[in-house]
Amino acid sequence: MTTSRAAAILLAKELRLEFRTRELLTTTVIFALVVVVLFSFAFEPTAAESRRYGPGLLWIAFLFAGSLMLNPSFAREQSNETLDALRMAPIAPFAILLGKMLANFVFLAVAEAILVPVFAVLYNVSFSGVTGRLILVLGLGTLGLVITGTVFSAISAHARMRELLLPLLLLPILTPLLIASVEATASLLAEQPELDRTWVAFLAGFDIVFLTASWLMCDYLLEE
Amino acid sequence: MQRSAISFVAKQIALGEPRANSQPSERGPAGNSIGITFENVEKRFGSLVALRNISLEIRSGEFVVLLGANGAGKTTLLRMAAQLMKPTTGSVALTGTGSKSEDARGFIGFVGHSTFLYDEMSAEENLHLFAQLYGLSDTSARAAAALTACGLSSRAGSLVRTFSRGMRQRLAIARALLNEPRLLLLDEPAAGLDRQGLAWFGTTLERLRAEGCAIVMSTHARNESLDLATRAVSLAGGRIERDSSTEGNPTKMLAELRSAQGGEA
Repeated sequence: MTTSRAAAILLAKELRLEFRTRELLTTTVIFALVVVVLFSFAFEPTAAESRRYGPGLLWIAFLFAGSLMLNPSFAREQSNETLDALRMAPIAPFAILLGKMLANFVFLAVAEAILVPVFAVLYNVSFSGVTGRLILVLGLGTLGLVITGTVFSAISAHARMRELLLPLLLLPILTPLLIASVEATASLLAEQPELDRTWVAFLAGFDIVFLTASWLMCDYLLEE
Repeated sequence: MQRSAISFVAKQIALGEPRANSQPSERGPAGNSIGITFENVEKRFGSLVALRNISLEIRSGEFVVLLGANGAGKTTLLRMAAQLMKPTTGSVALTGTGSKSEDARGFIGFVGHSTFLYDEMSAEENLHLFAQLYGLSDTSARAAAALTACGLSSRAGSLVRTFSRGMRQRLAIARALLNEPRLLLLDEPAAGLDRQGLAWFGTTLERLRAEGCAIVMSTHARNESLDLATRAVSLAGGRIERDSSTEGNPTKMLAELRSAQGGEA
């Protein structure tokens, strides 16, 4: 069986489980909304301040939401050792990782689709005219977040203090990605919006490097 | 779907049907013979040595019972055979698969201490998922047939978390048999099964053994399936203590071990 076919089967399984339990999406969306709403009351930002601080705030909300979502990604395979069942199936180990990454991407993308319009209203920011470019930046940034997050979720799944371990491992690695995402988003919110190709290229490079690394190391990542 | 499921069950019941026509055979091995060889295997977990110098060859058609006290190394040995764990030193090799290790996993069935099932999915969804991952054809019919065989067809749509311990175990066994394994690894498989479940399990093992499937089962309890064993291996402290195949009178040792197990149960 091809890796993409196996990953698609596992993606369908993840979506089925999530839409049945709604464990990850509900927590993530509520948490991210609370962050955005609280900051809007604390700062009462003007349009200029929103353009300056908004991108950072938006990506902090995405990061916290992602951390919350990524933690149970592999941990919930442990209750009946279902990860072992997947490892015993005649599929490439990378398919397991890829299926999880795709599912996490879908979940975080749904959370962002809810969060961004709320952010635009509360912070008096307009994304009209840059929607396509914003989707590109959000897509690349989110991809980097879920690739690294899923890998570290697999690493920390066997640890006793995994809730603490995942952010500790993840945040330093994600710093360059977050800087690039914030800068690329800020350039879209400027008075003269334009796509900063340097940061976008950086984001694409980050995604490619970490996806390749996870493909090369997936045997060790999923090993007992 | 029901009709195709019934015809599939009927096909499965027709014992003696050549295995070459079955799905796993289409995917890989040249013949039906699959075995497993452990060579000087040692497994350490930190300072704890779980297995020491294990050399064991299990051939197609053998039904090996692993015996030993708690912590003797039975589960570690089975997990290594299931390719879930690598030895610290030595080697574990599947023989006769004629395919790379990834594909070879498709010929192994494993019933472990856990059920390997998703609680938030129904019995049918679980079997359907694993049938898909094993690359089997006609997955819905296979899942339905497996549910009928293990006596859970009336609860096909129920979530696994609503099942009793025995029902979960039946489903776990059905999951392990979905791919018609050529090497079946069973770690205390009879736990939680009622008389009806044990009878189904015994009949299934008998059929698989007759078809040339290599079976390795660890057990504490005395049950009917022990009578099917062709070989007994006893472990103690991570070492092989006794092996009926290397003793002068294998039948005698097997009988001794069986009666000893009977006494414990």
